[in-house]
Amino acid sequence: MFALEINGLQKVYKNRMHALKGVDLQVRNGDFFALLGPNGAGKSTIIGIVSSLVRKTGGKVKVFNHDMDISLNEAKSCLGVVPQEVNFSQWESCLEIVLNQAGYYGIPRKLAGERAEKYFTQLGLWEKRNDKSRTLSGGMKRRLMIARALMHEPRLLILDEPTAGVDVELRRSMWIFLQQINQTGTTIVLTTHYLEEAENLCKNIAIIDKGKIIEDTTMKALLSKLGTQSYVLDLAQSCTTIPAPNQFNLRQTDPLTLEADITRDQNINELFLYLSTAGINIASMRNKSNRLEELFIRLLNDKNPPGN
Amino acid sequence: MGYHRIITAFLTIIIKEVTRFVRIWGQTILPPAVSMTLYFIIFGSLIGPKIGQMGGFAYMEFIAPGIIMMSVINNSYANVVSSFFGAKFQRHIEEMLIAPIPDFVILAGYVFGGVARGLVVGLVVTIVALFFTHLHIHSYAVVISIITLTSMVFSLGGFINAVYARNFDDVSIIPTFVLTPLTYLGGVFYSIDMLPEFWQGVSRFNPILYMVNAFRYGILGVADINIFHAFAIILLFISGLTTFALVLLRRGIGLKS
Ligand SMILES: Nc1ncnc2c1ncn2[C@@H]1O[C@H](COP(=O)(O)OP(=O)(O)OP(=O)(O)O)[C@@H](O)[C@H]1O
Ligand SMILES: [Mg+2]
Repeated sequence: MFALEINGLQKVYKNRMHALKGVDLQVRNGDFFALLGPNGAGKSTIIGIVSSLVRKTGGKVKVFNHDMDISLNEAKSCLGVVPQEVNFSQWESCLEIVLNQAGYYGIPRKLAGERAEKYFTQLGLWEKRNDKSRTLSGGMKRRLMIARALMHEPRLLILDEPTAGVDVELRRSMWIFLQQINQTGTTIVLTTHYLEEAENLCKNIAIIDKGKIIEDTTMKALLSKLGTQSYVLDLAQSCTTIPAPNQFNLRQTDPLTLEADITRDQNINELFLYLSTAGINIASMRNKSNRLEELFIRLLNDKNPPGN
Repeated sequence: MGYHRIITAFLTIIIKEVTRFVRIWGQTILPPAVSMTLYFIIFGSLIGPKIGQMGGFAYMEFIAPGIIMMSVINNSYANVVSSFFGAKFQRHIEEMLIAPIPDFVILAGYVFGGVARGLVVGLVVTIVALFFTHLHIHSYAVVISIITLTSMVFSLGGFINAVYARNFDDVSIIPTFVLTPLTYLGGVFYSIDMLPEFWQGVSRFNPILYMVNAFRYGILGVADINIFHAFAIILLFISGLTTFALVLLRRGIGLKS
């Protein structure tokens, strides 16, 4: 069964902006799904429509098989949303905000109180529970929105750039938290601009640009699409010249570091053979971690060739 | 959504609404108490004795029901328009819109909040009035039902105003240019018997006249109008405005892009 099924979704805003041009998307139950795309691609518009805050112009949306046009309330009950922008009352305390949200889903106060304690503790907000939401830092506000979205324990959790403006340490702890939530069976869809985030967390990925899905595949397949892998080599001794023939596109970034590209028809053994013949000793080696960035830009360029 | 869940959602909204106006009582309950006290002092104590009797009662007694009603009308309207517009403006209305709450529960929750504020302010102003005059209640049933129903009418009005409002100016246009004139011309301070016949006829098109007079009837036992007409008009307004508000919610006017 699909947690989220979107067919032919269209959105034209009042100002004639054609934000979605027939989006199809399927997210399997239990998946951890990334929706990637540049600014203005239409990610938040999709999320807005799924959370029934934006009216669609055409197409179908089903949440756990509940068609939003037919059984809206059933669909809503399965869904938790963390919006891109802060949207709570400035005058309410953190606890009031999450208890009210639970109340709107019909969850009794007592159960809501237990869940609030659980999620506030896990997200490091328990100390702040009685503070007014406007006094929280940006990172705390994001976590408060996550706690709020979990109060009714939705089967599908959608997060619109949950880690935007969040520091590295907190981002990592949010990743771990989301992975735990996913492991308990909650399907997660997130949008992000940090490709590293998608690569670390997500099993499946779709890329959207200008209101159209341009790629919809598994993370693995996407990464393997990348013909070349780049590696960073830390040298044991500095080397000054790179011997010919340089079939691995070796380049020196500083005296103790080399970078190499390996295409699909080459392999790492060949690289090492070449290096040891040249008398270059490698102390350590790592993957250059911007693979997805490169791929992303390449995909966007393929679809929109320069000068078009 | 079962009815248990609907009740929980409804209770959540009304607790939120009541907490809101109680928390900011200095802006919601105190100002009407102060301004209505001034009305009692100026019109009732200072000018009233010079006017003598009105409708067979001392002027102070005559205006007390109207002043109570005026504060209920203003505060019911103000509560819903500012609360709902504020929720739209700060976007936390989205918390309700994404949840599986039927539209009528959202509407009922806000209207309940408006009625609660209207009645609390009405009670405070009544207590103030008791410092200046005696109020013998002619019919508790009429007093309570008229004040609650009138409060509902203006809570619904405030809700619809908030749905259409795009900025804070839009929130004050209707109260300033419609509610206040209609209230002042609705027989709060005078009996329409005093008016030339033509203006008496015009006044009968003012729904607030019926509300003020029905309430005055409940307290003093006298009215310029037929009390059953008053109930009919109020109920008509309630059903019309409720239907209108539910259509707006269903279509997401002013709420969804
Ligand atoms: N309420 C609106 N009215 C008119 N146009 C809108 C509205 N909301 C979004 N748009 C337009 O629709 C397009 C898609 O916007 P959307 O917010 O979905 O992008 P996004 O992928 O979420 O971008 P970002 O990564 O910057 O958040 C943009 O061109 C945007 O200007
Ligand atoms: Mg966005």
